[in-house]
Amino acid sequence: MSSVLENLVNQPYRHGFVTDIESDTAPKGLSEDTIRFISAKKGEPEWLLEFRLKAYRHWLTMQEPVWPNVKYPRIDFQDIIYYSAPRPKPLKSMDEVDPELLRTFEKLGVPMNERAKLAGVAVDVIFDSVSVATTYKQRLAEVGIIFCSISEAVREHPELVRQYIGSVVPPGDNYYAALNSAVFTDGSFCYIPKGVRCPMELSTYFRINTESSGQFERTLIVAEDGAYVSYLEGCTAPKFDSNQLHAAVVELVALDDAEIKYSTVQNWYAGDENGKGGIYNFVTKRGLCKGVNSKISWTQVETGSAITWKYPSCVLLGDNAIGEFYSVALTNHHQQADTGTKMVHIGKNTRSRIISKGISAGQSNNSYRGLVRISPRADNARNYSQCDSMLIGSKCGANTFPYIQVQNSSAQVEHEASTSKIGEEQLFYFASRGVGAEEAVSMIINGFCRDVFQQLPMEFAVEATKLLGLKLEGSVG
Amino acid sequence: MIRKDARALLEVNGLRTKVGGTEIVKGLDLVVREGEVHAIMGPNGSGKSTFAKALAGHPAYEVSGGTVAFEGGSLLAMAPEARARAGLFLGFQYPVEIPGVSNSAFLRLAYNTVQAARGKDELDPLEFDDYVRDKMKLLEMDEAFLDRSVNEGFSGGEKKRNEILQMALLEPRLAILDETDSGLDIDALRVVANGINRLSRPDNAVVLVTHYQRMLNYITPDYVHVMSGGRIVKTGGKALAEELEARGYDWVKAA
Repeated sequence: MSSVLENLVNQPYRHGFVTDIESDTAPKGLSEDTIRFISAKKGEPEWLLEFRLKAYRHWLTMQEPVWPNVKYPRIDFQDIIYYSAPRPKPLKSMDEVDPELLRTFEKLGVPMNERAKLAGVAVDVIFDSVSVATTYKQRLAEVGIIFCSISEAVREHPELVRQYIGSVVPPGDNYYAALNSAVFTDGSFCYIPKGVRCPMELSTYFRINTESSGQFERTLIVAEDGAYVSYLEGCTAPKFDSNQLHAAVVELVALDDAEIKYSTVQNWYAGDENGKGGIYNFVTKRGLCKGVNSKISWTQVETGSAITWKYPSCVLLGDNAIGEFYSVALTNHHQQADTGTKMVHIGKNTRSRIISKGISAGQSNNSYRGLVRISPRADNARNYSQCDSMLIGSKCGANTFPYIQVQNSSAQVEHEASTSKIGEEQLFYFASRGVGAEEAVSMIINGFCRDVFQQLPMEFAVEATKLLGLKLEGSVG
Repeated sequence: MIRKDARALLEVNGLRTKVGGTEIVKGLDLVVREGEVHAIMGPNGSGKSTFAKALAGHPAYEVSGGTVAFEGGSLLAMAPEARARAGLFLGFQYPVEIPGVSNSAFLRLAYNTVQAARGKDELDPLEFDDYVRDKMKLLEMDEAFLDRSVNEGFSGGEKKRNEILQMALLEPRLAILDETDSGLDIDALRVVANGINRLSRPDNAVVLVTHYQRMLNYITPDYVHVMSGGRIVKTGGKALAEELEARGYDWVKAA
């Protein structure tokens, strides 16, 4: 039975293919010249170039972090292409989008035009660092919502970008955030004005396309007083042998009574079954609950990447602010994940909730690392954390590193953790009712992840369920 | 009921089974025909449960000899899930808990899998809900039970009712019920036994594996077999069970 399990979790990656689009590519390597090239290429204002250069100079003084529970060879930052873009063409409609690109999305099962229309989802497509099409912008503009690439936002709404960029994740925050601030190429910008509830789920599909082009996304979402937005981010990448560095920064700002829901399904190439290749996903995601009664909720389903290093966090600055983190992290083969969250309670009566589900298969290593900090003036702060691990097979590992720092005696902090294993007896029970191991594993995993999947928007939940199925077996019931 | 012309469902010939290298079942012969109710009795360690699990195909139970024909085909060549789809059912002595998986979803998946294997229509969640509630009445089960995780936190009696509910849903050709009576109080025993009786049809068969005679007060077996040392050492009718109850297993062992 255990060999059956092994076969199930060893299905090859199905989204491995390379799309041939002529690239407008910067030479390898990183220097102030590279940064000036990127900035010039994008026609950026002087202040943004300064922002980049400052970040770069700070980055030069920093050390790569070694505390995560992951192992990988040293990254040669001079061996990375920092800018690569499909040929710029003015796009008036979806018909003008490169058919090759559309076919790529179809292979991924994401026919964006149909998907956008049928599902009512506006898709800001990122294809190798530059947005090539933005849909539904018109409809969103009618209610005053700005949803565009960050490059476009820099051109059209420089005052907004300047006000908020780096306000949640400062350029010198950490090694990879500094790198991103120096060389970010594109990403999404979303601004929901006062009192507006975004009428649809906003969605971005990311895809890394050029071999050894590091991708440095920058996302900024601002919800003004009383605004609401639900943002979806989904990712897959083609199959490559050389490791690809991905160091994104996502910043969320929620003002008084505002709510931001940020959902991610991540399925980047994880390397082959021997641990060769795959994406390094070193991401800084942070939300600032700046206003009173504000709320930020992160939901993530992490199934891809060779290495995941990611801690979507909430800084609960406003009184009564709420931060949430719901996570499913699945690792297989030689994948390594060190992921979790930080909940920093600063305002009074702030509340946070952490639900983390780690699934380890193959010879992978899956760590939850979380920080709950209650600062001195955060009276009556409350946190509930639940970290569950599931092991499939006997060669994988799961770890939990919860850090709790409480500096206010009125705080209530709860932490629960469990570890379970899909056992032979459970699989035999399913088998004795006619259900094969594949479907049994899928059902057990989906049951295990239910608390997190419930937080995902409907169509995303379906996608996430399918993805876990793919990663573990091939099909899902 | 015994009918001379009934077709054989299960033919076990010289079956030998090892668990962790130790031989537990040592040459067992048994024929079960359509419409029959068999009881396999015997002291602890006589190999009853091992025999039941080996028939269902538990991977830890290695068959080291003998043949088993199920409806004429080789049972031992089939994967455990294929045996279930072909109509073999094992009611577990200790049903395993599956946290996070709702009982209703589990039952529907099992039902639809077996239905599909029989070329019959599958039921959507709403249709299945009606269907399963109907079956639950048979076993006097509380409806809240559908929303709970499979067997998680169930009392011994609830677990056993859940097993018989699955038997009712899957409508097996042959049900092997391993110590279904253990852990049941008198009322629950009556309910479960009535359920089993009502599921008996001329075209299916039941093998009750039990340590005690008390279940046979409610279900009348056509044959009673006594196992000892990994073999069936004595076969008789219902009277044999009563005699065992009166005289104990030592009487058979000595024989």
